[in-house]
Amino acid sequence: MANADSAGTPDLARAARKAKLFTWINKAGGWLDALGFSWLVPLLKIAAGDSPKEQMSELKRVLVIPLLGIFAFLALWAFFAPQVQTSLGAVPGPAQVWEQTINLWNDHVREREKAAAFYERQDKRNAKYEAEGKTDKIKHRTYTGKPTYIDQIGTSLKTVGLGFLIATVIAVPLGIASGLSRSFNGAINPLIQIFKPVSPLAWLPIVTMIVSATYADPYSWLSKSLLVSAVTVTLCSMWPTLINTALGVASVDKDLMNVGRVLQLPTWKTVTKLVLPSSLPLIFTGLRLSLGVGWMVLIAAEMLAQNPGLGKFVWDEFQNGSSQSLAKIMVAVLTIGVIGFALDRLMFALQRAFTFSANR
Amino acid sequence: MAATAIVPATPALAEMLDVEKDELTFGFIKLTDMAPLAVAYELGYFEEEGLFVTLEPQANWKVLLDRVITGELDGAHMLAGQPIAATIGFGTKAHIVTPFSMDLNGNGITVSNEIWEMMKPHIEYQDDGKPAHPIKASALKPVVDQFIDEGKPFNMGMVFPVSTHNYELRYWLASGDIHPGFYSETDISGQIQADALLSVTPPPQMPATLEAGTIYGYCVGEPWNQAAVFKGIGVPVVTDYEIWKNNPEKVFGLTKEFTEEYPNTTLALTKALIRAAKWLDENNNANRMEAVEILSRSEYVGADAEVIANSMTGTFEYEKGDKRDVPDFNVFYRYFATYPYYSDAVWYLTQMRRWGQIGEHKPDSWYDEVAKSVYQPDIYLKAARMLVEEGHVAEADFPWDTDGYRAPTPAGDIIDGIPYDGKQPNAYIDSLPIGLKGKQVVDGNEVVGG
Repeated sequence: MANADSAGTPDLARAARKAKLFTWINKAGGWLDALGFSWLVPLLKIAAGDSPKEQMSELKRVLVIPLLGIFAFLALWAFFAPQVQTSLGAVPGPAQVWEQTINLWNDHVREREKAAAFYERQDKRNAKYEAEGKTDKIKHRTYTGKPTYIDQIGTSLKTVGLGFLIATVIAVPLGIASGLSRSFNGAINPLIQIFKPVSPLAWLPIVTMIVSATYADPYSWLSKSLLVSAVTVTLCSMWPTLINTALGVASVDKDLMNVGRVLQLPTWKTVTKLVLPSSLPLIFTGLRLSLGVGWMVLIAAEMLAQNPGLGKFVWDEFQNGSSQSLAKIMVAVLTIGVIGFALDRLMFALQRAFTFSANR
Repeated sequence: MAATAIVPATPALAEMLDVEKDELTFGFIKLTDMAPLAVAYELGYFEEEGLFVTLEPQANWKVLLDRVITGELDGAHMLAGQPIAATIGFGTKAHIVTPFSMDLNGNGITVSNEIWEMMKPHIEYQDDGKPAHPIKASALKPVVDQFIDEGKPFNMGMVFPVSTHNYELRYWLASGDIHPGFYSETDISGQIQADALLSVTPPPQMPATLEAGTIYGYCVGEPWNQAAVFKGIGVPVVTDYEIWKNNPEKVFGLTKEFTEEYPNTTLALTKALIRAAKWLDENNNANRMEAVEILSRSEYVGADAEVIANSMTGTFEYEKGDKRDVPDFNVFYRYFATYPYYSDAVWYLTQMRRWGQIGEHKPDSWYDEVAKSVYQPDIYLKAARMLVEEGHVAEADFPWDTDGYRAPTPAGDIIDGIPYDGKQPNAYIDSLPIGLKGKQVVDGNEVVGG
């Protein structure tokens, strides 16, 4: 803190700036916390000139202890992995998994280079035809190489996004309807109870057959396999959203609803002005659960249906049975975990943004 | 029909065929004998023919065949028996044809360590203390009998009911007096009267299934026999080269509709595949190590390079450490390997008849007709002629004047010494031990008639 006797205008201004900076950090802290970066807050505060001592205990809680946990896990893994011998060699430890991560990245870079070379050859051919005046022979084709690991991650994210979107569009209106009307709730409740526990693997053959029959000529941006995976995700992940929405709507403050009745609000207004705002927190809780379930289901669906994505990557590697396969599968497991965590945090941040709470 | 333009083309960029369909998807199973497809893609042979090909690994042979029939795949690496069986309607019925035979040999029969130990007292040894090859199934017979006495089923795995592996495993077992079981119209498990019970397992899962103890042995293509040696879970006892020297293994299958609708495309892809096969065998297998590297990539076979290299470079390891030279373990181009011989198709048909997949007696002429409706050497020779003119292959590499039947296989090339002449299928069937003969049919659990 500034000394009293050396207090001058520049110091005052600096103190004001600092105070402003701290309010900003505290405000941002909430968001960072939601996104899983709470460990940044004490570091920012130290960087902004707060005494490290004060921040140390906080830093220990949010950064040092989790890191210790991770290191302890890595150490145990590195120690125990070589003790288990499978027919594909010893179970890979952290070092081998890291090596395969690098490998997969290099693979991706190589494949991109091959694609670039392909387009170069194509351009050369087309230029030659152009020069010879055979314009009818000019063709532009996309490269047909294998999807790299990065591509598979992209495909999986796209699929889960689509499935989640369909689930939301179906589940939220249904949830609102069953929350508002007791009889509607009574009608669909048994169905929810029956379908909720069904595993994705049971839905998959049915979905495959129906999609193949009804979606005869696929659009280029939405392949059959993608739709099959997405619909499977929808069928498994819509239930938490549906149930939580219904619960949220049913538990809207009765006084509020009565006010609505007194004002003779039409149904649409009641839903948009009263019901939705007060049930949003629970709806988001449901969405967050749904996305988590969806991501988990997707991997299983891709694995079984051999649809492109991370699940297929895991299965292909298992089928390859090379000495690197186990390590590559572990890379995939960690990737799946990290992405699942990131998706969850993203939903949490959204939930925080849409929730009316005292601190906003 | 658009013939090739008679323009003096620059050798660097020969006049391409006017292909009707240039974006193609081909299926394959993760086995080393899919090599011609991987090579044709990686070395740019497909592209030089103006084809943009996607290669897709398939989960199993049934899925692969179904996807070719529905048109999801334009063509695929197939078991030689698949187009024939589909055409005569055993299993899924569809007219599948083949203009290109992919390779010769390449399979082995592996048993688990436990069974190998039980077989050892019954095999003959060389002077250096190593087992004398080929090991006959008669060494396995006492083991199977012991299992039957104890009331335990002796299970073995093969990859598909109409696969080369099924017929080779049956041939080997029957030559040692072990009954591999009949098929009938009503019972397609293929286990009627069987001493050894054969069932289907996808190739990549063979080692894991053996390790789990579900099966005691299997017949499969590479790299899954050598994988068992590397993992220390089993011992290959015999290669199909020893059972039947230079037997046909895989073909490239397309639907009849495809070849009629896209004749130039069919020619173009056959050209690319012939060039790939030539590259695989030329200069006495000089390119095999490069091929091994390509195959070991995860998008193709994906097994370790050293496992694939074992058989691809002309050696084969039986027991751990017992590595022997089998220079012709994988043949892709030599001995006119790529020519679709009618006699190959007829041999498969005789085995289907022998085990009851073909329920009733058929005249010799029927065998010839079926072979000619599936195998398409005329397309093959047309493609070969173009390649000769473009200077990619030599005139001597092709049997221009053959009538489609190989010279009869002599007794010395077959493990049980029974010669095979493709022009006399019924006489051949009647000369084999165990199996249906003449007019016999399987009725319930009995063989009746004759």
